[in-house]
Amino acid sequence: MTKDECRKLVIDIISDIAPDEDLTTVKPEVRLRDQLQLDSMDFLDIVMELRKRHGIEVPEADYTQLASLDSCADYLTPKFQAKA
Amino acid sequence: MKHTRIVITGIGLTAPNGNSLAEFRHSLLHGVSGITMTEVRYMGQWPAGLCKFDPLKHQKKKDVRIGTRAGSISIYCAREALADSGINFETRDKSRVGVYLGITEHGNVETENEVYNISKFNYDTKFWTHHHNPRTVANSPAGEVSLNLGSTGPAYTIGAACAAGNMGLIHAAQMLRLGEVDLAIAGGVSESPQTFGIFAGFKSQNALASHADPTKASRPFDKARNGIVISEGGCIYTIERLEDAQARGAKIYGEIAGYCVNSDATDYVLPNPERQAQCVEKALVNAGMTVDDIDIVNTHATSTPQGDIQECEAIRAAFSKRREPVAINNTKSFIGHAMGAAGALELAGNIPSFDDLIVHPTINVDELDPQCDIPGLVINQPRAVKRVDAILNNSFGMLGINSTLIIKRFRT
Repeated sequence: MTKDECRKLVIDIISDIAPDEDLTTVKPEVRLRDQLQLDSMDFLDIVMELRKRHGIEVPEADYTQLASLDSCADYLTPKFQAKA
Repeated sequence: MKHTRIVITGIGLTAPNGNSLAEFRHSLLHGVSGITMTEVRYMGQWPAGLCKFDPLKHQKKKDVRIGTRAGSISIYCAREALADSGINFETRDKSRVGVYLGITEHGNVETENEVYNISKFNYDTKFWTHHHNPRTVANSPAGEVSLNLGSTGPAYTIGAACAAGNMGLIHAAQMLRLGEVDLAIAGGVSESPQTFGIFAGFKSQNALASHADPTKASRPFDKARNGIVISEGGCIYTIERLEDAQARGAKIYGEIAGYCVNSDATDYVLPNPERQAQCVEKALVNAGMTVDDIDIVNTHATSTPQGDIQECEAIRAAFSKRREPVAINNTKSFIGHAMGAAGALELAGNIPSFDDLIVHPTINVDELDPQCDIPGLVINQPRAVKRVDAILNNSFGMLGINSTLIIKRFRT
């Protein structure tokens, strides 16, 4: 699992959670909340989908790590690699 | 006591056989059933009434994902009613808008879905959605409407089993008369076919309809009827005080003439014809009418062997003093039992009779049950009549709740 692959997995999840959004222009370094209409319930959905689809747990203390696509990749890629 | 006059100024609906009043009425006058076979979780194929409206007409995809089926039905109907009413909603004082929706039940669909979901994860509740509570609170469908419309007045549901559709309109009239709101968005909704529990419950009660041809499954008053067809749907009205409606030059569909809500206080499920008859009689008194003033009686009959007989008994008793038989029909024969939406939808299906002077029939009566042979029953074919000035709509529900609503032709 590379960071690019990880970003793609997160985008796949967001496309289901925020189906009205255009995700083709998402800037990976910018906070997701600053460029998409995502609220705290949506972030809980992202956490739930990581759990359901990939068996990845994100403790509440680490939710801030999901702020941007880049921070998601930094935080989640080792977790995916650990599962591989 | 002289009541403030309350009128209906807009109608939005979705039924298994139509997504507007015009489509619905056309189906009712042309024998078009909306019942199809559908897959019910754990139970296989059963007749059911499913609606085909487009939720994305008035909602974003995300709102559909987060919300409930009942919410989508409610939003569709509310938006369609507002459009039909000609009200400029954007300029209204939204704190003076009330949303009052009758429901039979709410939350079963969402809870069943989550139990099914966690069954795929060995019943580990960490996979239970955080959306469960907002989806299942009892005010959820009305709350979704308030979110969608941006209305900030009262928005809540009225739980009244299958009497609930009428209750939405009755409550709206009461709140308008109390001066609590200036515009009521009110009616009834149901998402019931999305839950297996209601199918299984009626099956265990020997009250679930079955038929090889799903369009024949709902057959009130027919000798071979064998139970209820479960349906979804919604019908929401814009309801206003007459003076407000006239001030804006509104189209007026009809006037709420009178109503009654009472309780059997006799059984959890079995209806009580004596109390039903009292409900009809009290509604007539409330309306200042007699049985001779009513031109159409829309029955609640759900196609159960016993329930239909008991309602016929109630109607015989309530209308025994009538000089000529009143036209009696049933809408569930087309759309099944739309539960919380039933009363509101069935009323809407008859309101065009004020204009076209045609009474839609009850269909699927191949052999009339002699115990349901009440004078005036309009069977299988529409009937042209000389006068439609008042429609009496019955809706009854479990735990013995009865509602009768009378709508009359609007006259200044």
